[in-house]
Formats: sequence, structure tokens, C-alpha cells
Amino acid sequence: MKSGVDVSDLRVVRGGAEVLHDLTFSVEPGEVTGLLGPSGCGKTTLMRAIVGVQRISAGRVTVFGEPAGAASLRARIGYVTQAPSVYDDLTVEENLVFFAAVLGVPRDRVDECLRVVALEPERGRVVRALSGGQRSRVSLAVALLGEPALIVLDEPTVGLDPVLRKDLWETFHRLADEDAAAFVSSHAMDEATRCDRLILLREGRIIADDTPPGLLEKTGAEDIETAFLDLVARAAS
Amino acid sequence: MSPRVTLAVARRVLIQLRRDRRTLAMLLVLPCLIMALLWWMFQDKPSFGFGVLAPALLALIPFIIMFLVTSVTTLRERTSGTLERLLAMPMGKGDFLLGYALAFGLVAALQSALAVTLSIWALDLDVQGPVWMLLVVAVVDAVLGSALGLFVSAFARTEFQAVQFMPALVIPQILLCGLFVHRDELPPFLHGVSDVLPLSYAVDAMRKVSGDADPAVWGDLGLVAAFALAALVLGALTLRRQSE
Repeated sequence: MKSGVDVSDLRVVRGGAEVLHDLTFSVEPGEVTGLLGPSGCGKTTLMRAIVGVQRISAGRVTVFGEPAGAASLRARIGYVTQAPSVYDDLTVEENLVFFAAVLGVPRDRVDECLRVVALEPERGRVVRALSGGQRSRVSLAVALLGEPALIVLDEPTVGLDPVLRKDLWETFHRLADEDAAAFVSSHAMDEATRCDRLILLREGRIIADDTPPGLLEKTGAEDIETAFLDLVARAAS
Repeated sequence: MSPRVTLAVARRVLIQLRRDRRTLAMLLVLPCLIMALLWWMFQDKPSFGFGVLAPALLALIPFIIMFLVTSVTTLRERTSGTLERLLAMPMGKGDFLLGYALAFGLVAALQSALAVTLSIWALDLDVQGPVWMLLVVAVVDAVLGSALGLFVSAFARTEFQAVQFMPALVIPQILLCGLFVHRDELPPFLHGVSDVLPLSYAVDAMRKVSGDADPAVWGDLGLVAAFALAALVLGALTLRRQSE
């Protein structure tokens, strides 16, 4: 299997405190890998390190065999931050057209991406006037423009209604079916079952790295939330 | 760097401005109002005043306004995450900076064209040199303001802090540029200081154009442009792809 993201012994220090402690794992193409853990456990920092915007203190992060942040990777990674990074004072379409020009992708990608995130009816509206969920979908659409081989999504489903959430997870799987690697974080444990693989993070350490069924089997728990609590209790004792 | 990306940035900035009608109106109308106010002030003192101060003001206005507008807009890009997103894309830092300089340079040209037109034809400002040169100087001043604004935005966390750089960096330059006291008549030390401040040359250039039929402004203008370029390079250094 060709490698997607390889992280080995990654350590990150921010503001004098170590927030990620020697993490080692990988994210494979063709899979939706979930990064789950409570808020403040280091999910965003880890994602930023993979995208290459976070300075790392030790260890190694490679994406498609190249060091994270390499210039050649920029066109191949789609990154959606937690707060939607789009221009509030532009319309949905103007945002996409601008980023498409920066990426150098053809205009018809704009229509395709709008369709994927179900925002075609809102294309002419100014982003500021949209709901929070719609805004984060604009941000997602921007990340999809360049047909990225790795898509990194930081809590993309927060504040979305259940129908939309389901639709988005289906989108992530569709991308993975086209051999992209999808790395999605969430603090909602009920989303765990939608992932092909799970990485549970707590206080900057990985406490589990498994498939959802594998994790349930190993812990004997009925759901992922119980499994998580079980693993935390085990780690403490 | 690529022209495609530079132009995309410039176009996007202009669309944003166009949508913000109030800001756009203020950008275009306020300089005219200020020129008119200055003219009115000296109505009863025709021998001294408007003709001396107006050229300096035509240099100051684009500089100050573009400094403020750029420092706030780029700070917004930094805090909203759009800058980080752009830097994670195949975009050169130069594209970002030049795109901004292009867009604001264009606005400054329009702004100054209005203020100059009003000053010459309605307020009887006597300009000896070619009028287009006044515009060139104004645009270079605006680009200087933009470049400095962009640079200082890196040192501000909030918009409150960003606008505080105006009294810190701009007002001393206004005081020392020769508007209040001729630069030759300043105490030697301050004269020396004014020699290394870009606004001094901007005002000198404006004065030469208005007072001389064949003004030798390229030296002054070149210096202002060099300062602008230096500020842009420093600004580029503050656009970091990675953070702590």
C-alpha cells in the first residue's frame, strides 16, 4: 500500500508546554481516518503539523513521502480549519472563484464543489449572511477545489443538523473511494462509527488506533464512548 | 509568483471594497472634503496657505488612508485564517503583497484623481508641473502607506492595536515632513531624522511638481519607491507559513 501520512515520534511544544508527546501513526489513502478526543487534547495541533503550518519540536511527519509543508504538497492537500476560513464579505461563488484562481484549477470545479457541499442555491449570497453550518460548508468546498489527495478536516460537522452530517460523511467516503486519504477530527464520539479507522487522542497521547469494530472487541465495550472511557481508566491505573 | 495569482488577489480585494459601499464612498469623498476645508480655511489669507499646504496634503492623504486600510485588512486576513489557508496553497508571498499593492494603488489613483481635479479646477490650486505627475506621486505614496500598513499588521493582534500604529509611525512623519516647519529649519538632529523618513521625500516630490514647470522628482520618487519596496520585503518576512 502506498503511504499517505506517516507520523513518527512527533513532538510539539507550544508556549513552553509539550502538547503532543511522541505520536506515531499513519493515515492511509482510500480510508476515512477519524481523530477523536475531547477538546483541548491536541487534535488541531496534530492536524496543523500534518498540513505543515505547525512547527514541530521533534519527530517526523511525511505526506506522500515528502516532509510535511513541502512546497510540492501544497496543491495536493485540502485543509479545513475549525473556524471557516473564507471571506465573509464575498459571495459563496466569489470565494470559490478566487481560491480556484489561486490554485489554478478550471472554473467548472467551482460548480462541482458547490454541488458536493449542496450550496448551489446559495452561490450568490454573501457568506456573512449564511448560517454557521453553511459557512463551514463553503470552507469545505474551497478545500475540495484542488481535488486533494489528502483532505484534513478539523471538526467539520460541528453545528450541523443530522441530515447534513450524514451527507458530509458520505462525501468523505466518496473522496476516500477515489483513493484520497481523509483525516477527520471530531469530539463527538457518536461519529466514530462512520470512520474506517479511529485514532483516539487524549492529553496529547494516542490511547487507541484501530478500526471501530476492532476497538469494541478489544475493550468489550458496547459503544465507542464507553470504549474511550474504559481506555482512559485503564491508562490511569 | 505568477500574474494569474497576483491579479486574482487584486481583483478579490477590489470586489470586497466594492461591496463595502460606505468605505468606498469615504475613500473617494473624504479627501475632496479635506481639500475643500483647507481651501476654505485660507479664504481670508490668500497670500499664504492653500497653495503651500495643498500639495503636501495631496501627498499625505493617500499615504495615511492606505496605511490604515491595509493594516486593518491584512490583520483581518491574519485573524480570519484566510491568510493561513492561502499560504497553505501554492501562492507566492509576493503574489499576496503585490496583489494588495495593485488593488490599493488603483484605489489611490482614483482617489487622488478626484482630489487633484477638485483642487485644480474648483479650488484654483496653481500647479506648475504636469498634473499627471501629481497622480504618479500620489500613487507611489499610497503604495508606501500600504506597504507599511502591511508590515505593521504583523505586530498587532487586534484591530485596536493596528490603528495605534498610526500615531506611532505616521504622525511623527507628518510632523517632520516639512509641513509645519521647513525641513531646513529643523534642529540639526531632527533634520537628520527627517532625511531618513519616506514621507519627507513624498512631500518634497509633491511640492516640486506643484512649484516647478519641469520638476526633478524622480530622485525623491525613487527613494519613496525604495522605502515601499523595503517595507514590502519586510512584510513578506512576516508572512510565515509555519507558526509556533
